[in-house]
Amino acid sequence: MSPQEEKHLLSQMLLIRRFEEKAAEMYSLGKIGGFCHLYIGQEAVAVGAISALLPEDYVVSAYRDHGHCLAKGSDPKKVMAELFGRIDGLCKGKGGSMHFFDTATHFLGGYAIVGGHLPVATGVAFALKYQQKPQVVLCFFGEGAVNTGAFHESLNLASLWKLPVIYICENNRYGMGTPVERASSLYNISLRGSGYGLHLEQVDGMDVLQVRESVTRAVDRARNKQLPSFLEMRTYRYMGHSMSDPSHGHYRTKDEVEEQKKRDPIQQFFKKLSAEKVLDEQTFKKMDQKIQQEIEGVIAYADASPFPPLNTLTTDVTVEGTR
Amino acid sequence: MPSILYREALNQALREEMRRDDRVFLMGEEVGYYQGAFKVSKGLLEEFGEKRVIDTPITELGFTGVGVGAAMMGLRPVIEMMTFNFAILAMDQIVNNAVKIQYMSGGQFRVPMVVRGPGGPSRQLAAQHSQSLESWFCHVAGLKVVAPSTPKDAKGLLKSSIRDGNPIIFIEGQELYSQKGEVPEEEYLIPIGQGEIKKEGSDVTLIAWSKMLHLAMDVARDLEQKGVSVEVIDPRTLKPLDVPLLVSSIKKTHRAVIVEEGWRFCGLGAEISSILYGQAFDAFDAPIERVTGIDVPMPYAKNLEKAAIPDKERVMAAIKKTLN
Ligand SMILES: Cc1ncc(C[n+]2csc(CCOP(=O)(O)OP(=O)(O)O)c2C)c(N)n1
Repeated sequence: MSPQEEKHLLSQMLLIRRFEEKAAEMYSLGKIGGFCHLYIGQEAVAVGAISALLPEDYVVSAYRDHGHCLAKGSDPKKVMAELFGRIDGLCKGKGGSMHFFDTATHFLGGYAIVGGHLPVATGVAFALKYQQKPQVVLCFFGEGAVNTGAFHESLNLASLWKLPVIYICENNRYGMGTPVERASSLYNISLRGSGYGLHLEQVDGMDVLQVRESVTRAVDRARNKQLPSFLEMRTYRYMGHSMSDPSHGHYRTKDEVEEQKKRDPIQQFFKKLSAEKVLDEQTFKKMDQKIQQEIEGVIAYADASPFPPLNTLTTDVTVEGTR
Repeated sequence: MPSILYREALNQALREEMRRDDRVFLMGEEVGYYQGAFKVSKGLLEEFGEKRVIDTPITELGFTGVGVGAAMMGLRPVIEMMTFNFAILAMDQIVNNAVKIQYMSGGQFRVPMVVRGPGGPSRQLAAQHSQSLESWFCHVAGLKVVAPSTPKDAKGLLKSSIRDGNPIIFIEGQELYSQKGEVPEEEYLIPIGQGEIKKEGSDVTLIAWSKMLHLAMDVARDLEQKGVSVEVIDPRTLKPLDVPLLVSSIKKTHRAVIVEEGWRFCGLGAEISSILYGQAFDAFDAPIERVTGIDVPMPYAKNLEKAAIPDKERVMAAIKKTLN
């Protein structure tokens, strides 16, 4: 990997982090409403995984979708405008935080029913194979989704039909207030996929390069052999489950969160790059400042965008004409 | 009478029924250690322990089905949906098992269970988390559907539901958990199938339940000052519906407006209209008006969301139409 590419990974993680911090601020100001699930702490998974894709590959996500959408290349201005519920948002203000979609970047959605999008991702892979297209699809979800029927039905079908899909479980250890040990019959989440004969891996999700390598292998299997994979990324979310949840909640201790922050994916990667003399503290700071400035522009753009006109309430419910 | 919150009333109902009958248990996501996503089960784990207050993984179809099997074996499950949006995943267990086993078995088995949790649109939660699904359940033969609007009704009806011998869908108002209201100190039950006149009036009957009841009351109070006397009826139980109560009110006011948060097409309001026309056609001086949610998935944007659900202006306009 070139130093240029490495710096790009770092700046993408930083962009997501700063974007999310600003989103939290905007939420508390009432600019953003509804549920808002922040991704802070998990940036290495989105950035590492999506960096292993080609732009024409597809990504499907759950309700914690800001990071995936940005990493796939959506315009942060449009992403923020969607959070603001404005007409210039990715989905004209109709989707909100949990439902980003972007055809331009091949981002096929954020979905709010736990596990509900896994069969959809499987169907996307089905279509790719059917149409003999070379692309693959990445599907992100939390470890909570692994207990749903949809997970097991999807993995079975993908393996049975040899579909080019990569299931990425972001095991951040908690589904809302329930630790994985109280929700899963096996704590080793990667083994939960073992009944279906697909490729399994367990990865340090705080290490962007490890994530990238693992997903690169899986992409190769998907693209060249049409074989699915199930990857467990061990990661951690710093914030509460959503904005209504206090940051550490009563289901985990502050100490635990602080301990986990020592593995911070951005700091770790910066330290590595600085040790390798790819970039120094000064350049890193400049990078950060530039990103923070960009985010100011993002906010200004979102805030200037009008609310959707009322006549859009009934558009896009059904389409006219034949197909 | 002490004034308590809707969520506290539900909590009291659960607590009292669990104390009364050790076959009753509560099962669902985050009901135990987290004390409920909306804090309805606060303190229950502490009192009844893990055997009877059971945290589940995210497996709506699975744990609802577990409820069915347990009910067949003589237990009294109360199954919590974190929100009714997720009951869609459990629909197969509710529609194909819970409600049919008594019939299919020729009465050999019963399935006394309550599936409860919050329903209805809530602030900017968007399409997959903001919907009123009561019409879906009302459509299913054999299912009873309850949707209380006040703390007193919530407590009395939940206790009756837990004691009932059938599967019951008990939809709480997601926006009502912090509503306060007077609740008797002594033990009481509210029968399933009995509506209530929440405000007497003589010019028009306003029919509304759950969160919409409060909108209806608000409108009625406003119109009262303008000299229009509105009778507000809360069916409380959507199925079976208290038809005699509604019919007697129509015979008094000769007009009706139904306010429903859910989608219009095939909505419960359509069924209620049909029943009322069938039983009191001659009593009407004006066609029934229905104020409903717009037939769209719920948008996220604040202004669009507001336009998608019934509001005061629309209810006022509907009432005016029946009076002209
Ligand atoms: C079917 C369903 N049940 C319950 C919920 C409520 N809910 C939303 S997120 C969540 C926890 C999910 O945890 P996990 O899959 O681990 O993802 P994470 O939040 O950790 O990213 C729950 C219970 C839901 N959205 N869908």
